[in-house]
Amino acid sequence: MAGLKIRNLTKTFGAFAALDNVSLEVRPQEFLAVLGPSGCGKTTLLRMIAGFESVSDGEIEIEGRVVSRQGHEVRPNQRRIGIVFQNYALWPHMTVAENIGYSLKIAKVPADERQRRVAEALSLVNLVEMGERQPASLSGGQRQRVALARCLVAEPALVLFDEPLANLDVHLRASMEDEFAAFHKRTGTTIVYITHDQAEAMALADRIAVMDQGHIMQLATPEEIYHEPVNEMVASFISQGMVIPVEILGPESNGTVPAHIMGQPISLKCRPGERPRPDARACCRAEQVQPVADHEQGIDGYVKRMVYQGGGARIVFIPDAAPDQTINFDHPDPLPYSEGDRARIRLTGGWLIPQEDATGGTS
Amino acid sequence: MQNYLKEGKGQSLALTSMIVLVIMIFSLLPMARLLQEVIFPNGSFSLNAVQKGLIDPVVWKATKNTIVVGLGGTIFAMFLGVLVALVVTLTDIRMMQTLVLCFVTPLMIAPQVTALAWLQLFGPSSALLNMLGMAPPLGTPNPLYSAGGIIALLGIQYAPLVFLIVRAGLRKLPRELVEAAIAGGAGPFQVVRTIVLPLMTPSVVGAAALTFVSCVGNFGIPAFLGIPANYLVLPTLIFQRLAGGGPAVLADVAFLSTIIGVIAIAGIVLQDYYSRRRDFRITTASLSIEPYALGVWRVPVEALMWALMAVILALPLTGLVLTSLVRGYGVVLTSATVTLENYYFVLFEHAAAKRAFANSFVLSITAAVFAVFVSVPVAYVIAWGKAKWIKWLNFAVELPYALPGVVLAIASLLLFLKPLPVVGLQLYNTAWIILFAYLARFLVLAIRPTVNAYAQLDRSLEEAAEVAGANLFTRIRTIIFPLVAPAAVAGGLLIFLTALSELTVSALLWSSGSETLGVIIFSFEQGGDSKYASALSAVIITITFMMMLSINLFAHKLPKGVLPWRD
Repeated sequence: MAGLKIRNLTKTFGAFAALDNVSLEVRPQEFLAVLGPSGCGKTTLLRMIAGFESVSDGEIEIEGRVVSRQGHEVRPNQRRIGIVFQNYALWPHMTVAENIGYSLKIAKVPADERQRRVAEALSLVNLVEMGERQPASLSGGQRQRVALARCLVAEPALVLFDEPLANLDVHLRASMEDEFAAFHKRTGTTIVYITHDQAEAMALADRIAVMDQGHIMQLATPEEIYHEPVNEMVASFISQGMVIPVEILGPESNGTVPAHIMGQPISLKCRPGERPRPDARACCRAEQVQPVADHEQGIDGYVKRMVYQGGGARIVFIPDAAPDQTINFDHPDPLPYSEGDRARIRLTGGWLIPQEDATGGTS
Repeated sequence: MQNYLKEGKGQSLALTSMIVLVIMIFSLLPMARLLQEVIFPNGSFSLNAVQKGLIDPVVWKATKNTIVVGLGGTIFAMFLGVLVALVVTLTDIRMMQTLVLCFVTPLMIAPQVTALAWLQLFGPSSALLNMLGMAPPLGTPNPLYSAGGIIALLGIQYAPLVFLIVRAGLRKLPRELVEAAIAGGAGPFQVVRTIVLPLMTPSVVGAAALTFVSCVGNFGIPAFLGIPANYLVLPTLIFQRLAGGGPAVLADVAFLSTIIGVIAIAGIVLQDYYSRRRDFRITTASLSIEPYALGVWRVPVEALMWALMAVILALPLTGLVLTSLVRGYGVVLTSATVTLENYYFVLFEHAAAKRAFANSFVLSITAAVFAVFVSVPVAYVIAWGKAKWIKWLNFAVELPYALPGVVLAIASLLLFLKPLPVVGLQLYNTAWIILFAYLARFLVLAIRPTVNAYAQLDRSLEEAAEVAGANLFTRIRTIIFPLVAPAAVAGGLLIFLTALSELTVSALLWSSGSETLGVIIFSFEQGGDSKYASALSAVIITITFMMMLSINLFAHKLPKGVLPWRD
């Protein structure tokens, strides 16, 4: 039985489809990150799972129970879910303990058991002794932990995180990431985590669903998303991958095809069954670019810009063969170039982006 | 699970029906009844009342007067209000909070009390002028008994309204827009003329419309200043006709009140047209404008401001208090003649005045408490509801307050003249009809700040409670009510203060035994007993001040913009 199953989910606002035929399955105890640029539909997806938005078409199932179907919507308060909101949403008129114990009170859990469970939850997020404090007197990180404790205490079937780190500064973000990971490990809760920050998604998730314009582009492990993007959007969105036109020279064998990129022969990893086709493109990462000496085989061009990043720089390289294409790579100090210099680089590998099917989606 | 589902739907249905019911009873029903009386009297279509009104020269005269004092009062109030708002908000004058409090106070004083206070300043019986030996000889008319007097007092009464709206707009003006103009070489007056005032157009026009509607519908000031000079406006004409003819002339006065309604709506439509012509939207939210350092001009400007406060607040109140201490008409006030017997009389001896205290307190407290509890769910739907009919709901809630009080009073009369169907309850000639009109008229005073509080509240607070398992009513009780209650309560207190000395509605709806404080003051003054009217007014003003100060004590717990006299 899946923790969360979404079948052909569609949400339209007037003529605009915020979500278009989305299907996904989250296994019990899995940590799934939904990643996408703003406006991709990820927040709508979360609000539909929570029950704040009705579905236009399709189905949502939590722990084997259909909670959303057109004309049949289980109220959010009957779904056994927890949400960690971006702005924590702690009730300012209640103490920390009252905030955490609220759902138990609603469920009419006896006072002594309630107290025990609130104390447990407080210790789980390292906030023992903080129960009588007012939320306003807590730091950002502490508030986030209260919010965690609050949704955890009701033992929900599913916990939704709505960009929980977006409001925190960089340092706190890293330590909260560790806390979330530890929280997931300890409690084994099924988690759907909405974010636009790919570093966060990569660091935390068992699997990532990349969304764009109301569609799920790819649902896979972080490694697979990084190394084997299914289309150009995922390739360029994740870690600013470079999408470069290639000429495929022969059919796939052993998971690779021989190809030419701007005249340079290269062996690209690919899906089984690939063969020469027009308009093929490859995804290359910065670490797959190497500067080479003038006598070695490679791609000629010039250094357009250098962005110093401490200990090294990101080099923006423009190949002569395709002046519209930029190729980025990192080079440690000391830097051999200055802006405008001629250079020669070589691509050491890449991934052949699969052909999109006729409907525009990907398989 | 199916049961739970039904419970959730049932509660939101109950909430919706309750709100629709409240709006129907307090807003749509009275207005519909009024229109029916004008066009379908006795159940059949007839324009008799309209015709009769249109050929009556007195009606035309009163309509003209209404427009004259309406426009005049608006222009004067705009001048005063915009000027003070600019000075207080844009310059570095000191004791700004006190100035704001002083300038806004006339708004919290009932118009008829303002009128009474000013009347005590001038004229042959003025205690102040008599003390100074400057009083005109007995028998000379009070110079305020004129169109000019009405316009001046309407201007002073509603200048705070303009001030509050324009000031709120000024505080939202991003400082970058002004700094960019200064960087571009503009001097302070150029900045005000070319940047600040043009961007304030929506606030200024909005304030003008609201002031115009208030001036047109005002009863207290033209009643005290116009009736003695036989200068009638529509509200006072309605009062006179109704007082003379009783329910028989209801159809006629219904038409008259429709004219007021039409004039008021014309003002609002004009405002809507003006503010739509150009794009005045201010996009960024940033710090408000840095006050302009007046330098050597600071002390003169401050002196000017305090002089203004002295004229509009201190002087008339002094006149009022002095009159309340006088033994009789024309008696010169000295340490030998000063007396407190007027206070003793209105507080302990005059039976109707004692009843009026009880009536007004009970009416305004009931209206306030009811409004607090109704405004929380109604504002919930207005602020957070998604349905398309919400904006109509908002309109319907604002309607009874936007229209002049006379209109609503006549509508209530028509609605309850006959006993209620089915139950057979008679509301006419009881205090209940006044309570109904108060609720209908003032409900929006509590709903507005509550909507404001919702807007500043993060919706996820409610959603967090919803996923925690709480149903709608539980959420409203445990999460929403505690969070918006301060704003709703502040709105309730505003209702209490406004209703306590209200005159417009109760002057038309009162009956023996259901007198209100406003009515008693009015009848004292009409009977020539200015000293009693003044004493009673002084008591009410004291109560109002004490309430305002005690509300200030919990002001820090309120969302911004709830208390008119605080920032």
